[in-house]
Amino acid sequence: MRGFLRSDGRKGIRNVVVVAYLVECAHHVAREIARPFRDRGVHLIGFPGCFPNAYAARIMERLATHPNVGAALLVSLGCESFDRERLARNVERSQRPVATLVIQESGGTARTIEAGRAWIDQTLPRIESTPQVGLALDELVVATICGGSDATSGLTANPAVGRAFDLLIEQGAAAIFEETGELIGCEQFMARRAATPELGSEIIASVAKAARYYQTLGHGSFAPGNADGGLTTIEEKSLGAYSKSGKSTIAGLIKPGDTPPRAGLYLLDVVPDGEVRFGFPNIVDNAEIVELIACGAHLTLFTTGRGSVVGSAIAPVIKVCANPDTYRKLADDMDIDAGRILEGRATLDQVGREIFDLVAAVADGHPTASERLGHQEFILTYKSFEPIGPACLPQVV
Amino acid sequence: MAPSPSTGGLDSRLLRLAAEDNVAAATTTIEPGETVLIDGAPVAVSDRVPTGHKMAVAAIGAGEKVIKYGAPIGSATRAIRPGEYVHTHNLASDYLPTFTLDGAHPYLKEE
Repeated sequence: MRGFLRSDGRKGIRNVVVVAYLVECAHHVAREIARPFRDRGVHLIGFPGCFPNAYAARIMERLATHPNVGAALLVSLGCESFDRERLARNVERSQRPVATLVIQESGGTARTIEAGRAWIDQTLPRIESTPQVGLALDELVVATICGGSDATSGLTANPAVGRAFDLLIEQGAAAIFEETGELIGCEQFMARRAATPELGSEIIASVAKAARYYQTLGHGSFAPGNADGGLTTIEEKSLGAYSKSGKSTIAGLIKPGDTPPRAGLYLLDVVPDGEVRFGFPNIVDNAEIVELIACGAHLTLFTTGRGSVVGSAIAPVIKVCANPDTYRKLADDMDIDAGRILEGRATLDQVGREIFDLVAAVADGHPTASERLGHQEFILTYKSFEPIGPACLPQVV
Repeated sequence: MAPSPSTGGLDSRLLRLAAEDNVAAATTTIEPGETVLIDGAPVAVSDRVPTGHKMAVAAIGAGEKVIKYGAPIGSATRAIRPGEYVHTHNLASDYLPTFTLDGAHPYLKEE
């Protein structure tokens, strides 16, 4: 495998330019700048809010300096709260090409679009010269998420991803699973797998926080389609989702934007801290994928039973289809047919190995189904977090 | 915790994920009128159980825990017979309500 070497020593498996709008008012201009370059690795990201938010600022910074990113163009209206100078400074410090366009100072929509496209034209050849070096599995951060789950998810795709996670962690990779709100009912199992009892207590507390948050909002992370697919309760969905984590020891509990410090399995706590503010913690799967990428994930293993078609900006998404009927309907959108397990045509171990092999191929440049189809979804909304506690990342060998 | 199918006397179209489970997943759609084998005995099926959905493989009393993956996934809202379809009509979460679009568990009330 080959990767793009960055100044912080991390290596990217893609070399994209991000065009980032810093408020919804700059969204159209940013989208138009990126549009002609859609097939040349130019991805649109952004934050819509005009009010300031420390979480969003941190996530945008992590994304703009993600190992898969080679350069960043920031598009500001001019009067929003987002601290564009700070973001530009931090991208510059990472030795990536960066430019900021302020629409109010650049002559408006048409001239800003023109200036942005000219910058990308100049920048694409520059980042093509980024040194490509050997990349090993122990340098990868791999994430997993489930979306559009049904009752087959927890029987096939999720445990198969768990097998792949175990194989990746054996090879020294870091692996992240997430969504404490979709792990309600699994807290005691997870605590027993934690590297230390103190970490176990932190995990139980994070799930209790999620249950409280969702209770206040009156909804669990459970869509009507989950019930159509045979899942009856959030606990049942959780137990199926939980099997994505495999059998490895849980090495740490991190929050959005925290990078796993070493190899092993990490749980990402995506539910905000403090009183309930800003609405639902994760309004849709891509909000979680963005947070996983902000933790340094090079790629995401996305399991689906009902059939999600999404990909993501910045980091490839590998779609693992749990349900054999769904696979037949949406084969073009899927990378792995895990429903074969249900039909007795493959074992969990075989599909786990297939996912593991595909991770290596995608890390080496092989495009995923969602990449081929042009999916570059992105969403970032308001949240607030406290830093993780000292017990969340125990120093264990 | 991990699926470790136990098939003792259980129909091959049903997947019990842990020995203590009182429900099993259908590996293919089972139609009303069909017969399934539970604990070695034939049981007539009265509801359609689509692929992946759950069928009771033991008698479950009203208010008792429904067990899958060796863990409780909620409580029975009424008594459930072996061979019966288990879903939102007879099982509820112990944590958060489940909403559906079929009118049975609405989150928007009709005006």
